[in-house]
Amino acid sequence: MRRAISKKFFYPVLVIFFSMIMVMMPPYVSPYTIILLNSIFMYIVLTVSWALFSGPTHYLSLASAAFFGIGIYVSAILGDKLPLLVVIGLGGFISFLLALLVGLSSLRLRGMYFTIFTFGLSELIRHSVQWWEVNRTGTVGRWVIGVDHTTVYYIMLAILLITLVVAYILKHSKYGLALLSIGESEEAADHIGINVNAMKIITFAISTFFMGTTGAIMATRWTYIDPSIAFNPLFSFMPVLMAIFGGIGHIFGQILGASVLTLLADVLLTKFPYYYMLLYGMILVIVVLFLPKGLTGLKEEVKKWQEGRSFK
Amino acid sequence: MSPLLFLDILIGGLMMGGLYALIAVGLSLQYGVARVLNVSHGEFIMLGAFATYSLYLLFGINPLLSLVMTGPFIFFLGFLIHRTLFKRLRRLSPSLDAFEGSSLLASFGLLFIIQNVALLTWGPDVKGYSYLSKPVNFFGAVYAANRLVALLFAILIGLIFYFFLMRTRTGKAIRAAAQDVTTAQLMGVNIHWVLGLCFGLGALMAGFAGSLTSMMFEITPLIGLPYTIIAIISVVLGGLGNILGSLMGGLILGLIGNIVMYIHPGLSLIAYYIIFLLLLLIKPTGIFGK
Repeated sequence: MRRAISKKFFYPVLVIFFSMIMVMMPPYVSPYTIILLNSIFMYIVLTVSWALFSGPTHYLSLASAAFFGIGIYVSAILGDKLPLLVVIGLGGFISFLLALLVGLSSLRLRGMYFTIFTFGLSELIRHSVQWWEVNRTGTVGRWVIGVDHTTVYYIMLAILLITLVVAYILKHSKYGLALLSIGESEEAADHIGINVNAMKIITFAISTFFMGTTGAIMATRWTYIDPSIAFNPLFSFMPVLMAIFGGIGHIFGQILGASVLTLLADVLLTKFPYYYMLLYGMILVIVVLFLPKGLTGLKEEVKKWQEGRSFK
Repeated sequence: MSPLLFLDILIGGLMMGGLYALIAVGLSLQYGVARVLNVSHGEFIMLGAFATYSLYLLFGINPLLSLVMTGPFIFFLGFLIHRTLFKRLRRLSPSLDAFEGSSLLASFGLLFIIQNVALLTWGPDVKGYSYLSKPVNFFGAVYAANRLVALLFAILIGLIFYFFLMRTRTGKAIRAAAQDVTTAQLMGVNIHWVLGLCFGLGALMAGFAGSLTSMMFEITPLIGLPYTIIAIISVVLGGLGNILGSLMGGLILGLIGNIVMYIHPGLSLIAYYIIFLLLLLIKPTGIFGK
């Protein structure tokens, strides 16, 4: 019993401890560290919020780029007209509304069809925005009002903590169990009285809210954006890869995956700029082939292997 | 709209459609039968195009002749990828859904790998060569000769493949696997061999399409993805697992693309996506599906 309680409090205490360090850190570290941490926070938020919906339900969404990009565009269009925090909130809210619409329209789709649909949707948005900008606005890109790195850092940290708290509460509540049962079998979930459709749509929309807010704040870092930067399909694949790499069923695994791969990307980009994407592709293939349960799954594998050996 | 303009759009659409049909049949073999939604499909087109370009430029080999030279190589590459990668994934996956998800991710990995190997080999610049680019008068409209030749070859390859699929034992095994993998296996079809064959043949189709496109369009390492998307849309349009349906899907998409291009150039890709999303929402089994 005591062990169960201490385990329940282990992660929240760890998060509080880490976030206190993070809050006090900026004055003591170099701007480079701050920028790197911003990237890591960004990918953690994208990964955790992606896994919030796609993890338990097994609906593989490839639309993260769409919602992230919407956040970026909200920031680019309204950044100089409204206060920063309002812009960020709006970025999340508009993503949320769009996700409700998408969720409502794609309810009938399952498995691969849902995945292709989400990918098609985010490409449609990208090409439509591109077409609109070229033919109506007359320019391809837009300028974004810059914000200093420390402000971005604190806002990103706040978004990250809110995402983690929401993800944790969702996972450890009746609601999270309902999502899991949808992933196991939708018909069965329906029969035990879960409103499957409402559940899926709401969770999907909540997860995109965080993507939108992250896009809105991170846009200030690029200063110049165009549709192929904002809606880069890589923003859809990276969270999937990171979640699988770390371990999709565990928030800690998702954080680990996002952090390790972002750091790795940083190293690869500086050391081997020409081979960066090549190496990334190889990692993707190797992870899918040899680490289907991710880094956190590796622990179980080792344990299983040790137990198997001790019996011999 | 004058009848001549109508004919012009129709023939232009058929030329694109013939190419799209080849690409779509290739993906249909990979996704409809082998269950791998291969997003790196377009990269094999790019490989085929670059191989043809290099053979033409370095050794002066006729692009149409190089079809027979690059073809077997790309087929073997596809077969090998299935053998080493997707066969293992299929064995490890607890369910077909899980396999579809993980193979999609693995093929994204392949996309990055092939694209960047090409980028390192041929560089990021736009490449191209001129072959049979003389204008030809065809039913009152003028086309470059290479477009007509490409259409002809696309039809020829399509016909050969059709007879292979319908008249040979291996073709029958592929059709059986497309209907139901488990039952096909029970009937004595060596399933991993057939699935590998399907994947290789899919890559072969992409390679052929790449050789043909290289005569008409410019080549960069990034040309693959739009073709992949067109192929995915055609396959869904024709119905999953329906190989001939995807051929029709490709033709239809080529025609629609050409009509939209006539209305407003630059909108065709957006039109494809809208058709695709509507199709998924209204009739995900495809226009020939039940």
